[in-house]
Amino acid sequence: MAILADRWFSAGSKPGCYRPPAVVRRRRKRPEPNSLTLLYPRAFWQTASLPGLLWLIALFLVPFYAIVSMAGGSLDPLSGQAVPQWDPTYWDRASFRYVIDQLVSSDGVYHIVFLRTLRYVVFAVVICILVGYPVAYHVSRLQGRRRGIVLALLVLPFWISYLMRMLAWVGLLNEDGLVNRILMGVGILQDPYPWLEGKSITVIFGLVYGYVPFFILPLYAALDRVQTSYLEAAWDLGASSFRTFVRITLPLSKQGVLAGVAIIMLPMFGDFYTAYLLSNGRPETAMIGNAVQSLLFETTFGYAQARGAALVTILALLVSVLTLYYIFSTARSTREAQRS
Amino acid sequence: MNVRELIANPWRKHRFLSLYTWLYLAWAIVPVVIAIGFSFNAGRSRSVWQGASLRWWIDDPDFSVLNDPTLVDAIRQSLVLAVATMAIATPIGVALALGLARWRGRGAGASNFLMLLPLVTPEIVLATGIFFTLVFLYPFPDPGTMGQIAGHVTWSIPYVVVVLRGRIFGVGPELEEAAMDLGAPPLQALRRALLPILSPAIFAAFMIVFALSIDDFVTSQFLSTDLHTQTVPMLIYSAGRTAPNPALNATATIMLMLSLGAIGLAAIGMKTLSRRRGVEADTADVASFRL
Repeated sequence: MAILADRWFSAGSKPGCYRPPAVVRRRRKRPEPNSLTLLYPRAFWQTASLPGLLWLIALFLVPFYAIVSMAGGSLDPLSGQAVPQWDPTYWDRASFRYVIDQLVSSDGVYHIVFLRTLRYVVFAVVICILVGYPVAYHVSRLQGRRRGIVLALLVLPFWISYLMRMLAWVGLLNEDGLVNRILMGVGILQDPYPWLEGKSITVIFGLVYGYVPFFILPLYAALDRVQTSYLEAAWDLGASSFRTFVRITLPLSKQGVLAGVAIIMLPMFGDFYTAYLLSNGRPETAMIGNAVQSLLFETTFGYAQARGAALVTILALLVSVLTLYYIFSTARSTREAQRS
Repeated sequence: MNVRELIANPWRKHRFLSLYTWLYLAWAIVPVVIAIGFSFNAGRSRSVWQGASLRWWIDDPDFSVLNDPTLVDAIRQSLVLAVATMAIATPIGVALALGLARWRGRGAGASNFLMLLPLVTPEIVLATGIFFTLVFLYPFPDPGTMGQIAGHVTWSIPYVVVVLRGRIFGVGPELEEAAMDLGAPPLQALRRALLPILSPAIFAAFMIVFALSIDDFVTSQFLSTDLHTQTVPMLIYSAGRTAPNPALNATATIMLMLSLGAIGLAAIGMKTLSRRRGVEADTADVASFRL
């Protein structure tokens, strides 16, 4: 408004000879109507999306609300079981308070489990980066036929059931399994080591084994986009290969590392099967996912399921911070890439 | 050749990295091959080799894959879920992909966002939500086979859209314009001009959904009610530590073959669509979205 008034006065410097400013009409930018929107009937494409959108609303958005409603639910006097409260004004905060209390206080049940989960996830992610980066780097530098073969092998674990891959290690890590026999044969171990009896190292190893393929692929995609002309320029200017890596390749692959870390961290926080299978269901290595699973399904009596729902809500909030950071940083980097 | 040639040349061969990569691949794949091998073990152990036999595949009268009803039921349940999910999720997903690719204006952004959200949601959260919704809110379906199918479909729709979307953008409007110039009504132009071109991608989507559903564990587990709704991954989970014999390995091997077979077919489907880009890039595109 102030700008408008300013223009009016300056334009009418001579009294009586007021000239209205040219009208600058800002129209909302409409998308270009391409031939397809004109050729097909009105709302044709909206109608085509409708079944899918309705499905996702009914079985993806509503379930989110159901989790929170369950967390705010109270006991049904007849069954003695928690039932969801669909009206937000009547939400019972007892379950939330209980879970948060157990998470925060230093001797709480979930406090220990949560810290353990965090420790496992951080260790596993760091090891995944160390193991996966050289592989992704090497594959992105391969050419031709060899690259195709290596990539196919790299993708293979995606399509082998996660549980099957863990089962393979259960066989290998058994007391009489191959790992113990090799270590004893070489002389590192005198007696078989009980790998599967609640050992943190086994669970972290399992997480790395399970998730590292999911880390390598997005990183490979990012490294593949690094143009060789940059590396050639560095070579021409006399940089050593280490310096080239640190100054060019590493910064350019930051986005890929970030994507890979986000992609493996999300399921790791909810993982309960790795710890269960590789430590015989022992409580010493239980993760948050195990706590959720046992709250939801071991007993339906009392507040157990409501507390499970509260724990899932907190888990989802925690993870969504990670997700949002990832989405926004990816969006920003694509925007920057488009601008340059 | 001087020293600099050795350490800094970006085109030199990386012997160490090459060895490292092959070691990694061996580490990633050999354990599974060993597990498959143990399904042919003659003895009861899944970790000590006692000679080769087909005992746990067909010979054993009580515990082989062929004769143990628990194993047969698990395989059947996995297949039922995979086929049903494939049949429901793929058409819905294809329609959604077409709609989202061409929907201009209000609501398009929000719909796209909603479609992508399941890809970045931990499965445990989604499965918990669907479990509560089916138990407490919707009269149909209940947890059990129907509920598991509903969960798998929800989980698969975004993958179908992601597989299809790139292809749809690549085709462009010309073919449909031509069809309509020649007098085809819109639906016919869609069915006879666009869908045949997309058919390899649609086929690939069918196969990918099949493989996703067969390998799924968390959703199946949370929405299962009893032993009759137990799938093979659930069987591995419950019996992995205590399973008395290698028949479990044999069962897992069957599922592995089905899943890899489906993905192989999907890759072939993609290849017939685009001979210019490598198949592996497509598979990688799809796979990297898998959480």
